[in-house]
Amino acid sequence: MVFDTAHIGTELTPFAVDVDRDRLCSFAKATGQTDPVYFDEAAAQAAGHRSIPVPPTFLFCLEMVAPNPMEIFERLGIDYARVLHGEQHFVYHQLAYAGEKLNFRPRIIDIYEKKAGALTFLVWETRVESENREAVADLKSVMVVRNQLSGDQA
Amino acid sequence: MKIRSFDVVQVGESWEEVIEGPISRHTLGLYAHASGDCNPLHLDSDYARHAGMPDVFAHGMLSMAYLARVLTNWVDQRAMRQMSVRFMAITQLGDVIYCNARVVDKFIRDGEKCVALELTTRNQLGQSKLNGQAVVALA
Repeated sequence: MVFDTAHIGTELTPFAVDVDRDRLCSFAKATGQTDPVYFDEAAAQAAGHRSIPVPPTFLFCLEMVAPNPMEIFERLGIDYARVLHGEQHFVYHQLAYAGEKLNFRPRIIDIYEKKAGALTFLVWETRVESENREAVADLKSVMVVRNQLSGDQA
Repeated sequence: MKIRSFDVVQVGESWEEVIEGPISRHTLGLYAHASGDCNPLHLDSDYARHAGMPDVFAHGMLSMAYLARVLTNWVDQRAMRQMSVRFMAITQLGDVIYCNARVVDKFIRDGEKCVALELTTRNQLGQSKLNGQAVVALA
């Protein structure tokens, strides 16, 4: 399957997310985090934080709070069952915290193939900013689309 | 308060390993709920098999979260500048995940004293699952 490389450079729909404290607490539990900074407001403030901090990988999770988290796959006509996460990159500018609103601006930056078309790689970058438009983080995701599954017809 | 001095950190040193697992369906359910990633590949065995997988498997980002703990156990998160991971192989149900960070370089960047680390996760059979890098800024 060949994907249209004209999509490279396409900006996806920007969106805003309110960082929910209860979700951060759930995430700490689900990822084995025992440092109370990540689930206890008093502990976070005692450590000099404004509130409970968004942990290092959680900004990727917040991308799925977008109004349509499947937008990129729908635009390219990709079957999500064929998608695997290939790489994930974060560049951090400042911490974000529970109770804050964050703005996300995703953009497709590359589409390419390997293994004679058996695999398609889809790359997007997301700029995350605070409500004051200060840089919080830059994310880059590489997804791998398996164009041939064992059950596919020739 | 976690304080790690740039002068004391040595190239080649390893930061304390984080060990998680064995990965269970419950682990995946909790992570799916907390992360918002409810992709049925991680939750629904029938769906996973139809998609060509032997069974449900772990989210790559679950392991990346475990790796992040190796770093935040050692330094305050405000010191983190970058973290990158490549998902080399799927982490399966039943895997025990050994997460490690090893200092590979020390340098000055943008006026900050920085340390670069190599990140790895392996399962109980020594199979490499994730590898990556991180940069933290130390005083």
